[in-house]
Amino acid sequence: MYTVPQLTDFSGQALNAEKERLTDAVESEAAAVKDEAAQKLFRDRWMARKNGILTQVNDLWLKASPKEAKRDVGALVNDIKILVESTVDATALGLKPQSVTVSDRLDITLPGIRRPIGAEHPVLRTMNDVISVFRAMGYSVAEGPEVETDFYNFEALNFPPNHPARDTQDTLTIADQESKPLRERLLLRTHTSPVQIRTMEQQKPPVRIICPGKVHRRDTPDASHSPVFHQVEGLAVDTNITFSDLKGTLDHAMKALFGSAVKTRFFPSFFPFTEPSADVAISCIICGGKGCRTCKQTGWVELMGCGMVDPSVFDFVKDNGYDSTKISGFAFGMGVERLAMMKYGIDDIQLLFQGDVRFLQQESN
Amino acid sequence: MKLSAQWLREFVEIPVDDARLADDLTHAGIAVETATGSWDGPILDTVFDMDITTNRPDAMNHYGAAREASALYDLPLKPTVPKLPTAKPGTGFPIEIQEPDLCPRFTARVVRNVVIRPSPAPITKRLALLDHRGISNVVDASNYVLWEIGKPTHAFDLDLLEGGKIVIRKACAGETLKTLDGIERKLTNEDLIVADGRKPIALAGVMGGFDTMITDKTKNILIESAWFDPATVRAMSRRHGLHTDASHRFERGADFESTILSCNRVAELVLASGVGEPNGELEGDIIDIIARPLPRTSVILHLAEVRRHLGKELTYDEVCRILQRLGFTLTPATADENAELPVTIPSWRLDVTREIDLIEEIARQHGYNKFPNTLPPFSGSVTELPNAPKDARLRTSLLALGYNEAISMTFIAPEHAKTFSAADVLMVANPLSDEASAMRTSLIPGMLDMLAWNLNRGSDNVRLFESGNIFEKTATSRDEQKRICMGATGNAIPTSVHEKSRPYSFFDVKGDIEALLSAFLNSVAFDTGAAPYFHPGRSARAIIGGKQVAQFGQIHPDIAAVRKFRQDVFVAEIYLDKLYEEKLREPRYSTPSKFPAVARDFSFVFPETTAFEDIRIVVRGLPIPLLAAFDPVETFRGGNTAAGKYSLLLRAIFQSPDRTLREEELALWSTQIMQSLVNLGGALRT
Ligand SMILES: [Zn+2]
Repeated sequence: MYTVPQLTDFSGQALNAEKERLTDAVESEAAAVKDEAAQKLFRDRWMARKNGILTQVNDLWLKASPKEAKRDVGALVNDIKILVESTVDATALGLKPQSVTVSDRLDITLPGIRRPIGAEHPVLRTMNDVISVFRAMGYSVAEGPEVETDFYNFEALNFPPNHPARDTQDTLTIADQESKPLRERLLLRTHTSPVQIRTMEQQKPPVRIICPGKVHRRDTPDASHSPVFHQVEGLAVDTNITFSDLKGTLDHAMKALFGSAVKTRFFPSFFPFTEPSADVAISCIICGGKGCRTCKQTGWVELMGCGMVDPSVFDFVKDNGYDSTKISGFAFGMGVERLAMMKYGIDDIQLLFQGDVRFLQQESN
Repeated sequence: MKLSAQWLREFVEIPVDDARLADDLTHAGIAVETATGSWDGPILDTVFDMDITTNRPDAMNHYGAAREASALYDLPLKPTVPKLPTAKPGTGFPIEIQEPDLCPRFTARVVRNVVIRPSPAPITKRLALLDHRGISNVVDASNYVLWEIGKPTHAFDLDLLEGGKIVIRKACAGETLKTLDGIERKLTNEDLIVADGRKPIALAGVMGGFDTMITDKTKNILIESAWFDPATVRAMSRRHGLHTDASHRFERGADFESTILSCNRVAELVLASGVGEPNGELEGDIIDIIARPLPRTSVILHLAEVRRHLGKELTYDEVCRILQRLGFTLTPATADENAELPVTIPSWRLDVTREIDLIEEIARQHGYNKFPNTLPPFSGSVTELPNAPKDARLRTSLLALGYNEAISMTFIAPEHAKTFSAADVLMVANPLSDEASAMRTSLIPGMLDMLAWNLNRGSDNVRLFESGNIFEKTATSRDEQKRICMGATGNAIPTSVHEKSRPYSFFDVKGDIEALLSAFLNSVAFDTGAAPYFHPGRSARAIIGGKQVAQFGQIHPDIAAVRKFRQDVFVAEIYLDKLYEEKLREPRYSTPSKFPAVARDFSFVFPETTAFEDIRIVVRGLPIPLLAAFDPVETFRGGNTAAGKYSLLLRAIFQSPDRTLREEELALWSTQIMQSLVNLGGALRT
């Protein structure tokens, strides 16, 4: 039967020898535990607060050790404590510790073998978040081409030829189109709004769609501009859709995206294809409205454009049941990069288009 | 564009401070971006930096912004009436409008004996607040009026006008005009010009001419205020690359009815620029030629429509108050919501032509944020895009396989567009650079750029995928196809304390392609014959139902060399247009057999020309229905195996769902397999 010896030699070698003796003892005694009564005796012999072996180890080895050996003995005693406790626990669960030898034990603090998992792109992740919010509100996803005609990108959205409103969208155009009439000329869509027209041509009201996609503008790349970026636009058309419905819908969507504490504010704006038109600001999600760098100390961040669908847009699809004297609708749109950058604290839009794994992998690390 | 708060307050008794005013204007759609304090002598003024939307040229000046404030606070707007002395009798000045559609109105007046000198201090200080340098009393007066009431005007040196008349006409081909900025401009017969009897003297609505401008020597002036067709001015401004404060307003629509007011106001300021006495004297009446009247429009407003669009009951009184303060004229009517309210549109609001435009005016002046938030009921249903489940399946699998999602530019260099596709290239007419002038015909160039970006920054183990459109030029239009591109380089298994690294290989990319395509119902076959930008010996095509749905492999060494890749780079392209013709596989399940499986190994030497696929087809063609699996286990080259041959260990697994297999049938099947291998040119290893 193992008893705890008094120690005189506190060298590392001697301590290890003592530890091994004790380990052998606890494991062989554990192996002999066959029933609950024996398990109780075993537990008390090793772990009883009064005169249990662990207590003795603490008194006879740690307390008795010279000052210069205290650290080593302390570590040793701690190891023993963990070993004894886990061995006693194992007997309680009916496990047989003797089937596992010390050399079987792994250094479980080594890192695991991880299969790398690919990271979602922050822009597409954000886009999918936005889509989910609107899907839950009854919106179906719609898509359209990235190379559009002047008709869908401008004319049908009430940007007449030669209108100053076209200046606000620096358009990249396709070469060799001069021989075509203006409305058939190809360009890189500057917004996903053409999908609204394409959908209304195909589908009679009521309509609720959300149009995610890539858009292009002739912007020289810098920290906040990219010639390629993404938008999500939405459109709802029905009888009796009102400006209040537009406000309520976007307020609800922003709360779903950013949390119920978020507030929205609407400012008059101008878009050729909506009237009345509005810019939407939300209370800053970084500072909660107190003022910070992201919101330029205003507490508000402009996030979206929106408005009631202009009757002249409906006129382009009048024959498909869009009579502006009977139906009404609203449209809204937001830049996904801006949203993602604010949500995830990204300060340079260029990072989103480099495919740099050091950047992308931060999603999963 | 900037506005001075002090100047604004000249026209309305604004009851709030500048900060509040800025906020209130912004909420009404006259957006103040920033408000900055600025000392004007002893007086602190606030300069508003404005962001006025393109539809509101009427608000791009102090009087117009003041009108918005007058509506906001329901206070009167002070009228502007220039006080002019009685003019000396004069003969007027002949004005001939040859283009009544493009220049319906031309107003002018003559001031003689003007001394050209710097403007009085109050004028120059105000212009300085708006970042305009004072030039001379006459030019500053014209500028001041532009910022005060928004109407562009121009002053000519009367003595430099030749031929005794002014003609508004199209330019003749070959004519030139040196504009105020000193640039000699070639005119075309699409340009609308103001000319004297001999030569062009101004590009109408854009900029005056250099040769007739006000100089120190000027004595007699002719002040012009005209109305030009917006589209014509815009086209000229673009053609000549000349965007001016005047063209900015004309192309958005100036106020037809303010030509006399603006002309007189410039004259008033010129006369007031004298020291102690008037500077110069008016001669003759104002000359006002209306070649074509611009009718004042009237729009019918229904209160019911206001409610239908806005969702809130607004009172008749509020609607009237808002519109009248903004200068609209309402014929008195009853407050009945179905009554028709005829509203006359003021001449400065060319943007308002329809009932909905009036509704917007009401909404923004009422205050957008005072409307309640409601959610509309909906009777439709949510539908899914036809390919959404396939898109989602592939994306989830790619992420799980360790590929990071990336997005590259849509435009690439034209030579890359041709290297990686045989299609006609769609070119961008106005690209940001030559390297970005072709619409991508393939996702591979973008992928190679991204892989290179990583390798150049010390990331050696990279896996990326991009899902996006490629573009092809067609005979009459364009074609757009969605594809997925995968790129991988470096180690498939990174070095760690647990295991040695292993470089990414062709079979890693093949395995990933197999995993991705296994989601689809029909089975995949692979063959060689991938595009020439792949390594000819380490690439393959994936075929489903005779269609090439993907190709993949190591990039061609020549392309790798040009791009200076120092490690093997693998790419894959998946053609979603072809792949999505295939159905996703609906899983079918069967009970695993309770009876033991039996394995038999066959070690054979084959000529290098025999591919595993050849062997598999032959063995799978044997009449052995209980052959559950047939796989290669090991290949070996060199050693005892002769050159041009390789040894192959194959394993067949036999299993029945309902019985234990007998020795004699196993022996028979083994013989059949061995015989077929021999027939293929294989030799049993001994
Ligand atoms: Zn903030």
